[in-house]
Amino acid sequence: MDLGARLLNGEKRAVARLITMIENNEKEAVNILKKYYNKTGKAHVIGITGPPGAGKSTLTDKLIKQLRKEGKTIGVIAIDPTSPFTGGSILGDRVRMNELSTDPGVFIRSMGTRGQLGGLSKATQGAVKILDIYGVDYIFIETVGVGQSEVDIAKNADTTLMVMVPGLGDDIQAIKAGIMEIGDVFAINKADRDGAKRTATEIEIMLDFNKTDRRPPVQKVIAIENKGIDELIVHIKEHMNYLKETGQLHKKRIKNSKLEIVDLIQQKMMNMILDRSSKEEIVDKLAKDVALRKLDPYSAGEKILEEIK
Amino acid sequence: MDRPIRVLVAKPGLDGHDRGAKVIARALRDAGMEVIYTGLRQTPEQIVSAAIQEDVECIAMSILSGAHNTLLPKVVEILQKEGVDDILVLGGGVIPDEDIPFLKEKGIKEIFTPGTPTSKTIEFIRNNIKR
Ligand SMILES: Nc1nc2c(ncn2[C@@H]2O[C@H](COP(=O)(O)OP(=O)(O)O)[C@@H](O)[C@H]2O)c(=O)[nH]1
Ligand SMILES: [Mg+2]
Repeated sequence: MDLGARLLNGEKRAVARLITMIENNEKEAVNILKKYYNKTGKAHVIGITGPPGAGKSTLTDKLIKQLRKEGKTIGVIAIDPTSPFTGGSILGDRVRMNELSTDPGVFIRSMGTRGQLGGLSKATQGAVKILDIYGVDYIFIETVGVGQSEVDIAKNADTTLMVMVPGLGDDIQAIKAGIMEIGDVFAINKADRDGAKRTATEIEIMLDFNKTDRRPPVQKVIAIENKGIDELIVHIKEHMNYLKETGQLHKKRIKNSKLEIVDLIQQKMMNMILDRSSKEEIVDKLAKDVALRKLDPYSAGEKILEEIK
Repeated sequence: MDRPIRVLVAKPGLDGHDRGAKVIARALRDAGMEVIYTGLRQTPEQIVSAAIQEDVECIAMSILSGAHNTLLPKVVEILQKEGVDDILVLGGGVIPDEDIPFLKEKGIKEIFTPGTPTSKTIEFIRNNIKR
């Protein structure tokens, strides 16, 4: 049986291998996704983002355990940064989800950001499709809410869960500025600590400024004590209902599809240009000339584009 | 860019130290590998399930509890039962020399005892994974 058929057949090893192949940009995996694309779009995709150590993985573990009680099946993509210096990474999100490893209704995959241009979102979106074809009801994507590409990934989900913690102090200012708009549901985790109420109030005040017809709920939770999890799941489900009832789900998916197509074109173009101009060497050489002011960057770009004409 | 080698670093057994596992995890990361770190107190079943989902090329287990003669072969056994034959299985930690031949016979490809430089482990992984 080929990989695509094994995927449809619900084989975890096929899921795992296909994700590897899509991460490594292998054509065969892309062909399988082309073939089965019409089977995607059923899962509720939830992006979980927030500062490092906020308890995103712990919370994901608890949300999954609750959804499992309802008989739902789950896929997880947990993304951690790759070291820009060595290209290596330690992906540690599984530590918080170990009990789920042997659950037949759960599939967890860790991913490094690997630092390629646009590669991360392509790999993540590929993995989401693979899990969707495999047939899970919910797909969680955990990313650290710091880098732009990570935030973009969370934004592409149906529902974005922003995880905050008490005592972020001034940090919250920076986080608030860019990220507040993308949260569909807010969780204040570690509500066992001092200042949870204040953080919740601060977020509520920020939300007062948002002029949207739906106000995101702010839920206090204590992930390690399994508190507030049921309520959070209700908020997540309500968001999906809202998207469906208002027709926004369809709109959102059109927008995301457009972004994905444009992304793919950009990547293909980049590869084409870099391939034709004998890889990055020419770019590197031109970059040197530009740095030395022997050439300007505008002409350098035009020069490279000339080559593929 | 070459795709990074993916390694699962696990700590089977009930003892509560993962310093050794963390040292090896960092060394592998610094060697450019993608390390899936699963932490303490893993059962062989959890290790194999995680290895399959993560599609790793190597499982590196650190063990101090003295239960290596049961836990390490058990991992290989479950892998075989699942039909997985392309993952390199390695052990490390406090393992007496006289146990090593038995473990190798059971399919653990190499054992790294305390004091082995991490560069040796890295080199062994690079040379022995199936690609
Ligand atoms: N006090 C407290 N600690 C928590 C809570 N939830 C998670 N933690 C701890 O916060 C740390 C980071 O958790 P983790 O889930 O790895 O965070 P992530 O980096 O956002 O994925 C761990 O030590 C958790 O045990 C909570 O509700 N209260
Ligand atoms: Mg995490």
